[in-house]
Amino acid sequence: MARKSITVALAGNPNSGKSTIFNNLTGARQKIGNWPGVTVEKKEGHLTSKGYHLTIVDLPGTYSLTAYSIEEIVARNFIMDEKPDVVVDIIDASNLERNLYLATQLRELDTKVIFVLNMADVANGRGDKIDGNKLSELLDVPVVFTVGNKNEGTQELIKSIISVVESDRELPRTRRVKYGKDIERAIGEFSEFLRDRTDEKLPYNIRWIAIKLLENDKIVKKRILEVDSQNGEAILREAEQKRGKLRQFFDDEPEIVMTDHRYGFIAGIIKEVWKTVSKSRVDVSRQIDQVLTNRLLGIPIFVFFIWAMFQITFSLGAYPMDWIDSGVGWTSQFTARLLPEGILHDLIVDGIIAGVGSVMIFLPNILILFFCIALFEDTGYMARAAFLMDKVMHLIGLHGKSFIPMLMGFGCNVPAIMATRTLESEKDRVLTILINPLMSCSAKLPVYILLAGTFFGAKAGNAIFSIYALGIVLAIVIGRLFRSTLLRGKIAPFVMELPPYRAPMLRSLLIHMWDRSKIFLRKMGGVILIGSVVVWFLSAFPQEVQFSRNYEMEIARGTAQYEIYISEAEGDLLEELVRKRDKAVSVLEAEMTKEKVERSYMGHLGKMFAPVFAPIGMDWRGSVAVLTGFVAKEIVVSTMGVLYAIGSEEDERSEALKLALKRSGMTPLSAYAMMAFVLIYVPCLATVAVIRRETNSWKWTFFSIFYSTGLAWLVAFIIYQGGSVIGLG
Amino acid sequence: MNLSELREGQTATVTRVGGEGPFRRRLVEMGFLRGTQIYVEKYAPLKDPIELILKGYHVSLRVEEAADIEVENVKGEGT
Repeated sequence: MARKSITVALAGNPNSGKSTIFNNLTGARQKIGNWPGVTVEKKEGHLTSKGYHLTIVDLPGTYSLTAYSIEEIVARNFIMDEKPDVVVDIIDASNLERNLYLATQLRELDTKVIFVLNMADVANGRGDKIDGNKLSELLDVPVVFTVGNKNEGTQELIKSIISVVESDRELPRTRRVKYGKDIERAIGEFSEFLRDRTDEKLPYNIRWIAIKLLENDKIVKKRILEVDSQNGEAILREAEQKRGKLRQFFDDEPEIVMTDHRYGFIAGIIKEVWKTVSKSRVDVSRQIDQVLTNRLLGIPIFVFFIWAMFQITFSLGAYPMDWIDSGVGWTSQFTARLLPEGILHDLIVDGIIAGVGSVMIFLPNILILFFCIALFEDTGYMARAAFLMDKVMHLIGLHGKSFIPMLMGFGCNVPAIMATRTLESEKDRVLTILINPLMSCSAKLPVYILLAGTFFGAKAGNAIFSIYALGIVLAIVIGRLFRSTLLRGKIAPFVMELPPYRAPMLRSLLIHMWDRSKIFLRKMGGVILIGSVVVWFLSAFPQEVQFSRNYEMEIARGTAQYEIYISEAEGDLLEELVRKRDKAVSVLEAEMTKEKVERSYMGHLGKMFAPVFAPIGMDWRGSVAVLTGFVAKEIVVSTMGVLYAIGSEEDERSEALKLALKRSGMTPLSAYAMMAFVLIYVPCLATVAVIRRETNSWKWTFFSIFYSTGLAWLVAFIIYQGGSVIGLG
Repeated sequence: MNLSELREGQTATVTRVGGEGPFRRRLVEMGFLRGTQIYVEKYAPLKDPIELILKGYHVSLRVEEAADIEVENVKGEGT
């Protein structure tokens, strides 16, 4: 028998336990993507039952369907246009009144609805009793009880879904909200008007359209003009006229009056179905908040949690990072042995394995960070963090919730930018993403350590600290600038629910963590792969280089000369000679590599860009180094190692590089300018890829690349030239 | 009197929700209706935003946003 398919949309308030129900229904069989054209996350899962194939679509959590936020528009459009077979509304039973607001709006749409009263155990524990049968009868909608975190009621819900879909009962048109005499008359008259003008051309039911137009709903207004351009204008004029009359009569906006009526209707239902036994009880959540958002302790505790998160991420993550590192090294060696010398060998070993390996190493950090974030979110602490930090973030023109992503940026911008998913407002998200790379990530630290260590001696620490501070100051300035120009608009208002604390469920934490990390692995894989190959190609080609000296001959000749002495020497002298020979060879080899890089496309590119970098105090070697740093910021250091022709003996390397840097004509001033440049310029490839993914827009991705590089140049220019003028150079 | 003038621990009844179009509507949808009782649970450590309890749930508002909500019938001493 061919399976019949059912599409189920899951709607509900934020914090209603919707995602737990979703996980209970679908298990790990989920697909995460974006809703088309927006950055709102779309989750879809599947299950089969009684010969039906159920596709569960998790709509964004919303308080209403007003077309106020992008989430509400997405949720409403899905119900209106994709016409799922049934909409399941998850209602937090312990917060019935406000949750019923969305429920009454869903009842007004042309769709089959099931109400799920979730977490009724919490409500019961509080002494609240909800009469499900009465609620079902009053609103003429099936009601199912569930306890999400105990996985209770899931089977009943599936049963109910199937029986609702199987029933051919007409949608109940009664028992919807009544808006009071005057508004009902306006709705009735306006419905007539619509019916006369549009002869069934309208996509949705007439009463609903009439209500929405009287509420001045921008999306419905747009749809009306689209489907019926002839009468559309007249319809909207009529709506405006009716709105004017109502406004005069009520001395308030009609949509406010109608919202009042909905709540009045809800109050009536509550009176019938909700009984409370005792009011005096211990509110655990409130007591936790006596400590966690305490006037004195709140912020120190928050700082501690963040510190702990970083500690766990980077110190615990260090172990698996080592494993991955040796795994990559092993793979690289193994492959190197397997493949014959040649271009393919170099491409795979130096290009693909080295490049992808350098990004894969972040996977443990990402897994752990996302586990911590999921923990913050699922327990309800994230809302408290935003509550504590909103005042600070307000300075930058951001919402309190941006604090965590900004802070994570100091570790790695990739998970930090992925963490902006917790922000609801699109503008807040884009702004947070754009300024996030100004939080100096840990990969940039080796560059600072090298430069500051070389040129600032004992003051290196201060120099590095000032670079971090520079990043923060720039983030504030740029944030305010973008907020008042590109991303103009009020900062998202802070009507934020502080949900009760809940014990997290390991399963949902793991699903949460894995979903995010999968995106990192899959999407990063592609872009990083291509990017690494391109950079490898640029530094490895042209393969045949006309060297200025015949290195191979010199190496052979030098070796031969040593061999003569070595063959006669013994004891300490022999060891000494072997060491000298090896050193001489490695110096020549380093010279050769240096010249090879210099003559590669990357070297040409570096020289081509040299005039651009000259005003900020960098020579062609510096410019090649920062160009290769696009793949990953740590590479800046290793490239400089190559370009300054340092031998391969590890222990001497860093000292030798410092010496070479000092001799190269770099000054403390130009070193500081370079540090500032590295802080600000184009984010690394992985970050660019994640910006593309999270903004869902090439426009913002390129904007991020160009603004950051431009700003980096400008700041380095001011530092270098300004410093030279006042005599610091 | 408006909501942002209340002290911690005080209760008041909403008389009018001001502010601009969509945001004002959002407040009303979240339950800030005329006649609703609001309890001021606490101010954040940096004095902004405010945590409120209404209709049995906790919600936070910035001080400037709370200033748009007019209240009367203030009860409780507050701290």
